Amino acid sequence: MLSRTAENLFWMARHIERAENTARVLDVAHRTSLLPLDIEGTQAYLWYAPLNITGCADSYEVKYGLAKAETVSHYMALDPDNPTSIYSCLKLARENARTVRGAITSEMWEVINDTWLELNRLPKQMDYENFRDFFDWVKNRSHLFRGVTLGTITKDIGLSFIKLGTFLERADNTARILDVKYHILLPSLNHVGGAADYYQWGSLLKSVSAFEAYQKTYRDVISPQRVSELLIFRDDMPRSLHACMDEVEDALMAINGLSGKEARRLVGEQHAALHFGLTQDAFSEGLHEFLTDFLKNTALLSREIREAYLSRQDTTLNRQLTI
Amino acid sequence: MDTKTLKKYFNEMYADNGAVREIYERYGRWLKDLPDGTLERRNAEAELLFRRLGITFAVYGEAGEAERLIPFDIVPRIFGASEWQRLELGLKQRVRALNAFLHDIYHDQEIIKAGIISAHQVLNNAQYRPEMKGVDLPNQVYAHIAGIDLVRISENDFYVLEDNLRTPSGVSYMLENRKTMMRLFPELFVKHAIEPVEHYPQMLLNTLREAAPPNVAYPVIVVMTPGSYNSAYFEHAYLASQMGVELVEGQDLFVNQQKVYMHTTEGPQQVHVIYRRVDDDFIDPRVFRPDSTLGVPGLMDAYCSGNVALANGVGTGVADDKSTYLFVPEMIRFYLGEAPILSNVPTWRLSEPEDLSYVLAHLPELVIKEVQGSGGYGMLVGPTSSKAEIEAYRLRILAEPAKFIAQPTLALSSCPTLVESGVAPRHVDLRPFVLSGKDVRIVPGGLTRVALTEGSLVVNSSQGGGTKDTWVLED
Repeated sequence: MLSRTAENLFWMARHIERAENTARVLDVAHRTSLLPLDIEGTQAYLWYAPLNITGCADSYEVKYGLAKAETVSHYMALDPDNPTSIYSCLKLARENARTVRGAITSEMWEVINDTWLELNRLPKQMDYENFRDFFDWVKNRSHLFRGVTLGTITKDIGLSFIKLGTFLERADNTARILDVKYHILLPSLNHVGGAADYYQWGSLLKSVSAFEAYQKTYRDVISPQRVSELLIFRDDMPRSLHACMDEVEDALMAINGLSGKEARRLVGEQHAALHFGLTQDAFSEGLHEFLTDFLKNTALLSREIREAYLSRQDTTLNRQLTI
Repeated sequence: MDTKTLKKYFNEMYADNGAVREIYERYGRWLKDLPDGTLERRNAEAELLFRRLGITFAVYGEAGEAERLIPFDIVPRIFGASEWQRLELGLKQRVRALNAFLHDIYHDQEIIKAGIISAHQVLNNAQYRPEMKGVDLPNQVYAHIAGIDLVRISENDFYVLEDNLRTPSGVSYMLENRKTMMRLFPELFVKHAIEPVEHYPQMLLNTLREAAPPNVAYPVIVVMTPGSYNSAYFEHAYLASQMGVELVEGQDLFVNQQKVYMHTTEGPQQVHVIYRRVDDDFIDPRVFRPDSTLGVPGLMDAYCSGNVALANGVGTGVADDKSTYLFVPEMIRFYLGEAPILSNVPTWRLSEPEDLSYVLAHLPELVIKEVQGSGGYGMLVGPTSSKAEIEAYRLRILAEPAKFIAQPTLALSSCPTLVESGVAPRHVDLRPFVLSGKDVRIVPGGLTRVALTEGSLVVNSSQGGGTKDTWVLED
């Protein structure tokens, strides 16, 4: 496969997944904002969370200042100036898809193109109460895209790059959600067990579609340890770090060729840590430290993948040619 | 119906007395029995289909709207079997002669020695590429894909308006129009025996295989595009996927020891045939425009060494130039020893003082074109231009007369077309696509372009033209 094609497939999938995750993050913020809040200034706190998770707090502050429900929602969902907004992600995904139309099925193209056209028919400014519907729509489009992809595309190397993009992005996002919740919403572990706690961890679980799975698995009160276990170590939770790394590893193994040795080694290492790791170890090390390490390693892995398969710098290729 | 227009122009569906011509008879009956509003409804459906499939067209210099649909007209244009047979023979003959001409001028230049065309006309043409001198191409084919623009004046009079031998586009519309028509009007396809066109990509793939350097058993073929912002990008991607080959940009390719490779996830892979939709000027910054980022440094070297084939070949522009056009009938006689089946439009060359003074005296009646222009850009249509436009154009001509040619304003035939006021005649032309490999091949029909504005004779999509499905009926 052409390196440029692989690159566009990778980013197409990544942008779609990112749009979905942003919708999830905002959705949970909307849910949480409906809860009674007893702490002074929590409103602003609450709305910094989505900005921090997606790493756009600084650019937001430049444009709007204090974090408020309406402006944060608009900035992260619809603002074309925000390169990580849902709008921008869907636009970029379509650009990627357009560039590699020959490498995706027409059904996939139609979903992406339709999504973009529908998005552009929406009003440029949305009423606050309409955002929840919008998030559901974004999630549905992403589900549809994944379903259509799996239902129509040849199981070849192209699908491997789509999976790499999807699951690296998802792992990254789950780690960030866990991290920011832990620090912003639950400054004290002693507070565990209260009603507010139930609702906050509950909405976190809902944001990654894991609330029902939690109830089914533990049949008990919601505790940070168990939430972390579920979203980090369990391989049967589709958005857990472990499950994502399973997929990333499979995808990398399915890509033929001599390149990518270091990427395969890195993912093996990361996968092993999740496969054999223990929740209590992650907690004793500090969940924040654990997640920071995870994010660092994922970034390293992304860079390796880019260098091995996606970038087209003459130096690497000429070196390969002479071997 | 406006009978004045009908008398002046040949209407392909209706005879002068208003009767439906034989070829359109079944269609005419079907159209008459159609409940009111059906065409309009199916038309809306068609637009949705095109928009969803993303069959769009970027128009240069149009701010704000980067992607636009080329309007598709749902009334088909129909040719009879014998009408088409004659056209097909004429097209094949013309393209054979044009390829023979290209081979000749880059080798022994017999046609110049014979005094049929001047050395100045050929060698001083900006599109003549001295780099190609003595380079031997497989099957001596230069223009593997040719788009020949035809217009019809009367029942039996067709003129060649223009030969497009560089990177002719539009074939994806021919294919998509047919697909759409079959989806919208299956009943019509049951009633008519219509020659299929869907095998064009396969035919193109075979043509490209035949262009490969000899001794390559399994040539790797790619389509090369300037990128997703090119106006015809949809077509490039479409053809690549229909042929099952990679769609590459210049940045995906590199040359090592006179061989061309593409960057893949498994390392470099050699490429043998490039169906390039990038103009000569941009394909190799080492040889042509040094500022080009669309090309591949060293590509010409690899090409001239015979390690890679380009389709179309380099330097074809000298043969489709509007000033060379005049000599095509002579080429047919010279290389093939045959009488030309298709005629040229009478043309004045403004480099000739006599022609120039005639044309300057008759600007309001004529069409003036730039010798190097394409796509309907920069032309003057005398009868529909204002006095000021004509005078401004006169100054351009006087500054550099040799850059222009003039032709009479042709009474282009018209076809019924769905417009806001219902079905009304609009002017059309036809671009069939002729493929040259070991043989010359052509799918029946081509792309019919239609000028949607009432009375307009400009069919170019960049100037608000639309397209129609083109049917060739079987005997």
